[in-house]
Parts: sequence; structure tokens; C-alpha cells
Amino acid sequence: MTAPFFFWFFAAIVVFGAVGVVAMRQPVHSALFLLLSFFGVAALFITLNAEFLAAVQVLVYAGGIMVLFLFTIMLVNIRRTAGQPYVHRQAGAALLVAFFLLAVVGGTIVASSRTSGLADAPADPAKLSTTTISRMMTETVDGKTVKTPVTEQVAGNSQAVAWGLYRDYLLPFEVASVFLLVAMIGAVVLGKRTMEHVD
Amino acid sequence: MPFPAGDTLLILPELFLTAAASFVLLWATFVSRPRERGLAFFSIGALAATGLLLFVSARMAGTLPRSAFGGMFAMDRFGLYFKGILLLVGIVTILFSLRFISVSPYPGGEYYGLILFSTVGMLFMASGTHLASIVVALELMALSQYVLAGYFKRETKSLEASAKYFVLGAFSSGVLIYGISLVYGAAGTLSLAGIATAFTTAKPPAFLVIGIIFVGCGMFFKIASAPFHVWAPDVYEGAPTPISAFFAVGPKLAAYAIFARIFFVGFGPRAGDWSAIIAASAALTMVVGNVGALMQTNVKRLLGYSSIGHAGYALLGLLAYGDASGIGLWSILVYLLAYAFMNLGAFGLVILLESKGYAGESVDDFNGLAAKNPWLAAAMLVFLLSLAGIPPTAGFVGKYFLFSAAMKAGWFWLSLLAVLMSAVSLFYYFRIARAMYLVEGEGTLHWREEPAVSAAIALCAAGTLAMGILPGPFVQFARTCLLPFGP
Repeated sequence: MTAPFFFWFFAAIVVFGAVGVVAMRQPVHSALFLLLSFFGVAALFITLNAEFLAAVQVLVYAGGIMVLFLFTIMLVNIRRTAGQPYVHRQAGAALLVAFFLLAVVGGTIVASSRTSGLADAPADPAKLSTTTISRMMTETVDGKTVKTPVTEQVAGNSQAVAWGLYRDYLLPFEVASVFLLVAMIGAVVLGKRTMEHVD
Repeated sequence: MPFPAGDTLLILPELFLTAAASFVLLWATFVSRPRERGLAFFSIGALAATGLLLFVSARMAGTLPRSAFGGMFAMDRFGLYFKGILLLVGIVTILFSLRFISVSPYPGGEYYGLILFSTVGMLFMASGTHLASIVVALELMALSQYVLAGYFKRETKSLEASAKYFVLGAFSSGVLIYGISLVYGAAGTLSLAGIATAFTTAKPPAFLVIGIIFVGCGMFFKIASAPFHVWAPDVYEGAPTPISAFFAVGPKLAAYAIFARIFFVGFGPRAGDWSAIIAASAALTMVVGNVGALMQTNVKRLLGYSSIGHAGYALLGLLAYGDASGIGLWSILVYLLAYAFMNLGAFGLVILLESKGYAGESVDDFNGLAAKNPWLAAAMLVFLLSLAGIPPTAGFVGKYFLFSAAMKAGWFWLSLLAVLMSAVSLFYYFRIARAMYLVEGEGTLHWREEPAVSAAIALCAAGTLAMGILPGPFVQFARTCLLPFGP
């Protein structure tokens, strides 16, 4: 039974990192604590056999988004907040909202664990490593919609994600890639200096 | 192979247009400023070629409707009808933009590229039969448009329009997607056909109604109908005028395509839940749009409010979902074609007459147009008559069928309100007509100064008149373009 130990270990790292993000005075230190928190979440994904999500967590969050944060911190050149009070004056309101959120989320977890026994369900990684996916394959043959049941043994989480992205949702996935291209062009168009006439 | 190779054939037009748009962006980096016209003509050619490819791939697809990519995409006559109009809208927009962009300090390459990308999104919307593909296509269209609205970024109004459009658009997409998530929870699938079967076979949970309302609110925002219309006049006023013309027609048509598809196909079995909401929004929209337009002096704002009113009229068609003849749907199709012609034409005149620089277009710009150029004044008169719904123009034909569809569905008071509001609209449309014919103006205007815009206006005027004088073929054609899985 090593799973509970690793869960508590990495969960503690996640919470420690998250507290560090808000407790640090230097924005760069906050960013580094956020990185720690991201790694902890990635490790938690691995304990759940979601190795694809773990890799994405590291690549996208710890890699891409973190670099973006650090760039922003460097570019906007936040001045040292020496003279400012450590606790913001809206702290009271923030605390209230945070406790409200905690109550809602906690209440939901408690309520759902009572009804469905979610909390008692054993996290058995071995059972999760292969998943049987049965689905209806819809095809159009001569103008008629034909449905055939397909059953597949899918080993591991990354393969399941791949089936989803590259088969079931292939078309939206490709349209989304065009969408990202447009987002990039849009950012450049709106962000760059206006072109002066130089021909 | 999970998908048959023929599936790719069905999206060939969209693939081609995506490639053409990327090519425009690449080419733009090698083109000097005076030669940017080439990019515009290439874009027009690409849109026309896409239209040709639509025809070819529909022919090669065999019997329609055909579904592709696991029910994500459908090639049917309903989608093809919209795609044809949308491509035309793209071509007219680029014709409007030629001189507008070349005299501005802004580069043309990204501008034309974004128009093409936006059109790709709209084409995918017209064919989407799965809420996932519909939402992604919708966002592709919208994102290109947020950028186009703010393209003249030195102008505060343009940036303001972009920011408003972006924030409200993102918010409304959130509402739409939240509604979709509730629908998914109730139906267990996002495919429209699947949703329909789920709701006919089993009794859906109570929260489904909330999901349908949220999806409806998202759609109301996208077609700019009340009470979610507030963004439209501001965005139309602030955006570069050719882009305002594009916004007033293209996205609205595409949004109506998905609106009709989602509500007729997906939510068709639950029509009792949503018809009252649509009726309420239609009534409010007609009143707000037409009364709001009365007080406008800026032509772009006036046309913005008038387009809100028109969105309200078109909602009447959705109410006739239950009619076996399908009049609810084909009356919308006829009306939207008329709407495209007359709105693009009217915006074309605004572009031609802009005198006071950026976003200063007032009704006074039209002063004495009849003396300056009787042909252009006559064209504008045709568009105004059509917008007001007076025969023999396209607008009359469109409204006639929409109102009779609503009557057939039993919404008498709503049809009466629509006729009443059409009468109100005469006041503000004829303010422009009065300025053209009864007020003295100065200067001259020859069509040769703006050949591209004039050609586009002539095309729109010809379409408006042809539909008004000979509505038969248009109506017959629209009647063959109903939804394959319709009500």
C-alpha cells in the first residue's frame, strides 16, 4: 500500500507550493513556487495512472505557461513592493470568499462520498491500466447511417486520449489548430507597432 | 482506417480555403505595399474557387445528405445554401475593402487572411452537426472577427469595438458552452441527432430546460437579438466600415445556420420548451431594433439597429418549426439571402460616401446624392425599400413568407407586431431617402472613383431586384434546401 503515502506526500508538496505562491514578496519567487506546485500535480496524475496528463502538465504548465509568466515578470519589471503592507486591505473579503468556496467544494465532496461511496473506492492502478472502450461506430454507406459496435482494448491513458483526439474528435481538433494559428496572427497584428509606409 | 477516405472529399472546399488563407499570409510578407491589391484579387479568386469546389465535391459525394468524421460534419443542401451565400459575402467584403485598406496605414495581408479564416469558420459552422465541431468553428469565426474589428488600431473607436466584441463574445461563448454542458449531462452525447433521439426516447431531467435556455441565450447574443443586442451598434460603428458590413451579414447568417440546426434537429423534440422564449425574444428584438434606430444620426449605428430588428423578424421563422411543409425553415433561408443583398448594398453606399474620416459617418453624407449620381441614389433607394419591406424588392418577399410562417404557426400577435414595426422602420429608412432626394449636397461622385465598391453595389442591387420581381425560382430553390433530419 504505497499509493496513500505518495498521495499525501505529493499533495503536501502541492499545497506547500500554493501557499508559497501567495506568501512570497518577490514575484519571481512566487513563480518558482508555482512551478513546484505544478510538478506536484503532475506527480499526482502519475499516481492515478494518468501519465499522459502528467506529461502534459509538465510540458504545458511547468514548461510553456511558466516561461510565459517569467517573461511577463521580466518584461513588466515589477518594482519591489518594500513599502507596501504585506496583507492587502481586501484580505477580509478574500478570506470570506475563500471559505465560502471551501464550504461549497467540501460539502459537495462529503455529500457525493455519502451517496456513491466515492471516497471508499480503492484506487487500484492495475485496474485502470487497461480500459475497454466499447462504442458505436457510425458510418454512412450509400446515404444510410449504419451503426456497428466496436470494442477496443485500450492500454493506458495516453492511448485513450489519442483515440479521442485523433479519431472521435479529429475534425474539431483540426479546426482548433487553425483557431490557434488565427489567435497567434491576431496577437501579432494587434500587438506590433503600426507599419509606417516604407516601400 | 476509422474514417473512409471519402470523408476528406467532403471537406475539400474548407481545406482549400484554409490553405489559401495561409498562403495569403505567407505571400503578404513578400509583397510591397502598392502591390497588395494582388492579395485581394487572389483572395477573391480563392473564395470563388471554393464555391466551385463546393459544387464539385457535392456532385462527387453522390446522394446527399452525407455525414462525415463520425457525425461531426454533414454535407447537405441546407449547409451548401448557407456556404454559397457566405462565400459571396466574403467576396463582396473584399471588394468593399480594396481602396479602404490601400489608403489606410494598415497592412492588407493579414486583413484579407483573417477574412478568409473567418469564412472558413463560418463554412464549418454551416455544416456542423455535432456541438463540439460547431463550437470550435464558431470560435474560429469569432476570433478572426475580434481582430478585424480592432484592425484600425490607432483609432480609439476601432479598439473599443474590438474590446467590447471580444469581452462580450467570450462571455456569450461561456454561456453557450455552459448550456451545452448541461445538455450533454442530460443527453449523454453532443451529436445533434443523438440529442434528438435521447430526448424522444427517454424523459430528460429537469435541468435540460436550463441548458436549452442557456444555449438559446448564447445564440441570441450571436445573432444580436434582444436582450443581448447591446454590443451590435457599438461594434458596427467602431469597426472599419467594410468589416461592419461583413459583421452585419456573415456571422449572423452563420449563427442562424447553427441556430436552426441546433434547435430544429437537436432540440426539435423539446420544441415546447423553447418556442415561448424565442417568441419573447423576437418581440423584444423587433421593438428594440426599430425604435432604437429612430434616434440614430450615425448611419452605421442606424444600420446596426436596423439589423437587430431584422434578426427579430427572422426569429419568426424558427417558431414555425412544427409546420410539415417546412415553411419555417425555408422562409428563413429566403429572408437571409434577401438580408445579405440589401444590407451589403446599403453598407456599400456608406463606404462610398464616408466623408468625415473614421467613424464619422452621418446621415448627412447622403445629402444630395441623387444630384451627384442618380444611379447610386437609385441603388440606395432599392436597398432602403427592400429593408423596409416594400415590393417589388427582396425584402418584401422575405418578410411576406416569414410573417405568413408565423401566422401559420398561430403567432398572430407576433406577426401583427412585425408588420407594425416594419411601418416604424419606414421612418428612419426614409430619413436617408429624404437626404438623398430632397436635400442639397455638394461635390460630385463618379462610380469610376470606386469601381470595386460600385461593382459590388450593382451586384447587390441586381440581387435585391431579381428576388423581388421574380421570387419564384429563389423560393423554389430554398424549399429544396431544408434540413435533412428536420422537424
